[in-house]
Amino acid sequence: MSENDRELRVSKIRNGTVIDHVPGGQALKVLAILGIDGSGGEAVSIGMNVPSEKLGRKDIVKVESHELSQNEVDVISLIAPEASINIIRDFDVVEKSRVIRPDLVTEVIACPNRNCITTRNEPVDSEFDVLEDGVRCVYCDTIVREDLTDHIATD
Amino acid sequence: MRHDHLISAKQLSRADIDTVLDRAADIARSPPDVNQYADTILGLLFFEPSTRTKMSFDSAMKRLGGTTVDMGTVESSSVKKGESLADTVRVIEGYADALVLRHPSEGAAKMASEFVDVPIINAGDGAGQHPTQTLLDLYTIRENVGFDDLSIGIMGDLKYGRTVHSLSHALTNVDARQHFISPESLRLPRSVRYDLHEIGANVREHTGLDDVLSTLDVLYVTRIQRERFPDENEYRQVAGQYRITAELLADANDDLIVMHPLPRVDEIAPDVDETEHAQYFQQAHNGIPVRMALLDLMLGGETQ
Repeated sequence: MSENDRELRVSKIRNGTVIDHVPGGQALKVLAILGIDGSGGEAVSIGMNVPSEKLGRKDIVKVESHELSQNEVDVISLIAPEASINIIRDFDVVEKSRVIRPDLVTEVIACPNRNCITTRNEPVDSEFDVLEDGVRCVYCDTIVREDLTDHIATD
Repeated sequence: MRHDHLISAKQLSRADIDTVLDRAADIARSPPDVNQYADTILGLLFFEPSTRTKMSFDSAMKRLGGTTVDMGTVESSSVKKGESLADTVRVIEGYADALVLRHPSEGAAKMASEFVDVPIINAGDGAGQHPTQTLLDLYTIRENVGFDDLSIGIMGDLKYGRTVHSLSHALTNVDARQHFISPESLRLPRSVRYDLHEIGANVREHTGLDDVLSTLDVLYVTRIQRERFPDENEYRQVAGQYRITAELLADANDDLIVMHPLPRVDEIAPDVDETEHAQYFQQAHNGIPVRMALLDLMLGGETQ
């Protein structure tokens, strides 16, 4: 398969974000992190299980008119530690960066422990320490490894 | 030892533990001068029922010469009107020099500590932590069998038992061999096992006591909580397997001590009370010198 073929599978965008080098099969989770389910009308292109020298198989997510916040990048890093983020403006890549796993993520994951103080009506944001293989609630110590995206906090 | 707050047993170093326990031993031998804390007020905020912990903090503060103010029950407080915990502690910190907090939610004490300037002492947060219970547990262990080459069995509800979570972490400071005995469904939670693994603690898990009883210096029993089981028969089946009797202890070391954070239901038979093994009532009494020592150290005094 030529480079052009690969490009055609995931069309170019004018403005927005391209998230590349997502582990194969994880693209839908990335969209879940971004809170994108199609109902918002955003133009989204996804390439899944595209051959990759680095990862073997990779996913690519292109979101029109959406530049990622640092919080979103932080959470994406938890499921896609090799991901790169390309900010596109007028079809050009104006910014290219690799995700860096943070030590702490705040507000983006809802603690699954129903008895955690962060799930109560209190003025406190969720905070999770990032472990090698998951995250851990700073308040109740609950460790989340599997199904991390199930616990992404949504507005 | 200088901590602004005592939220988790994980905060406690070996030096911290020795400092509190040494001070408690001094206090137990020689009651301190009660004048230093005459103007000190301890706020008691118990959002869950408590007998031992609440009364022992109350007693400890008063024995130091201070006084306490008590929120009362949730039913009779502004909490009933929907006030948040954050607001409650911000108000009560104006009434007291330190706050003792028990709350049904895990992480409550940590969150509360972020809203106040006075010291917060966690007196139990849901199934999370209970660090002052751990200090009196350690005091009881040190007074009876010491920390050297310690082998301890911790039995019962390990999943939801906050005293167990705190104690198991603190015991890593003394390199104890920890045997956890529980039904499969009530094993230690993932977060506690993670911590113990990270520290490289000497731990083993069992479903029965038979294999290890004869090797133990301490048997720490906790209540298997009926309310955790959806099926009454399932509870009875499990609870029955974890009942300590005088007859069972015939196979134990003569010096074994049996501990329990209390209240017990039927996991320790009354006939154990009459044996030399039983230490659970003394353990509860030890809450006074230990909490006096802790308050003294945290409130910055040097009672003589």
